[in-house]
Amino acid sequence: MNDITHHIPPRLIRAYASGSLPKSFSLVVAAHVSMCDECRARLEAEEFAGGAVLDTLAPASSDNYELLARTLAALDTPPLAEPQTHGAAGIYPAPIMQALKGRPPRWRPLGGGIRQTILDSDSEGSVRLLYIPPGSAVPDHGHNGLELTLVLQGSFHDETGSFGVGDVEVADADLDHTPMAGEGMPCICLAATDARLRFHSFVPRLLQPIFRI
Amino acid sequence: MDTEAESRLSDQTIWLIAVRDQRDRASFVRLFEFYAPRLRSMLARSNCTGAAADDIIQDAMLKVWHKAEQFDPGRATASAWVYRIARNCHIDVIRRTSRPIPEALKVEEPPDHDAASQITLNQEAQKLRQALDSLSADQREVIVQAYMGDLSHSEISDNTGLPLGTIKSRIRLALEKLRHEMKDLRSQ
Repeated sequence: MNDITHHIPPRLIRAYASGSLPKSFSLVVAAHVSMCDECRARLEAEEFAGGAVLDTLAPASSDNYELLARTLAALDTPPLAEPQTHGAAGIYPAPIMQALKGRPPRWRPLGGGIRQTILDSDSEGSVRLLYIPPGSAVPDHGHNGLELTLVLQGSFHDETGSFGVGDVEVADADLDHTPMAGEGMPCICLAATDARLRFHSFVPRLLQPIFRI
Repeated sequence: MDTEAESRLSDQTIWLIAVRDQRDRASFVRLFEFYAPRLRSMLARSNCTGAAADDIIQDAMLKVWHKAEQFDPGRATASAWVYRIARNCHIDVIRRTSRPIPEALKVEEPPDHDAASQITLNQEAQKLRQALDSLSADQREVIVQAYMGDLSHSEISDNTGLPLGTIKSRIRLALEKLRHEMKDLRSQ
């Protein structure tokens, strides 16, 4: 856990704290913070600043008397049971287990030994687990928006550096990269994008709609 | 905690500690009276008003009451803690699903009430407040937008100019201490 060298940039942690980060990226931030005290401290510092800003907001003038009475009347009612929560399991921190609903990933083959499990996909973006055999490359791709990749097992390297367990690669639209899994353990990572990846080679482009990459 | 130490915490933090330790309703009312109108301003910035805002404020304040035992004044001020709770409530309503949140550090026992770290953290809160007060109206609006924005993408840079570095290292120390205590507990 002390070996994490690639962290979440402060602006993304702030966007997570303030609620402006799309859901797919929020999962990567929550998972990385679960593994990284450095970014947990940064997140709590951002919330600290959020609290200070909240203090300085001009109070809204509407009457809260009825709302207070309603809230006080509800204090003794036991809170609704929280939805079932799933704790960390194996290489997966709690927020990922939560997204997996407590079940092991159901891998779908993508070709070349690469597998994926889509955790969530909507108009804001998508987030998936990727399984890359040792020494294999993820097809050369650029992306239209931001891509965050968190390593959960093994490692990968690309034109920008190498990434081990807990590290996050932040790739923007300008980065054309070919991530290559390291030797040893298969590389398992959590990857989020706010737009579809665009593959350069012809065949993967045809497959894109099928695999929802 | 002695009264001298207590006098150096913010009122809101003292009220929240009274809610946590004594389930004190009068302190809860004070917290409500302080935060409800501010949360309403915060929500209005995301176009959430009227009954929808009422529901989120009530939900957030009930969580403050029910989850008070999790409040650790060595790591957060009352305002930071309420900010996080209210944001989570709001996003859960918007997305109709629970927002991904980091795994909690597993603390078998309540955090040790180290008065010194609570006071230094509260001093940092005052410095931060001074930094906010010293900004021009335009600069301030950028910061308010970054933390209270309308839940859409906003162009924010990594550096806001706010003095968060010391706060971060203090929180980092508090986390390290917690990890050590957890290790000690496990090895007992």
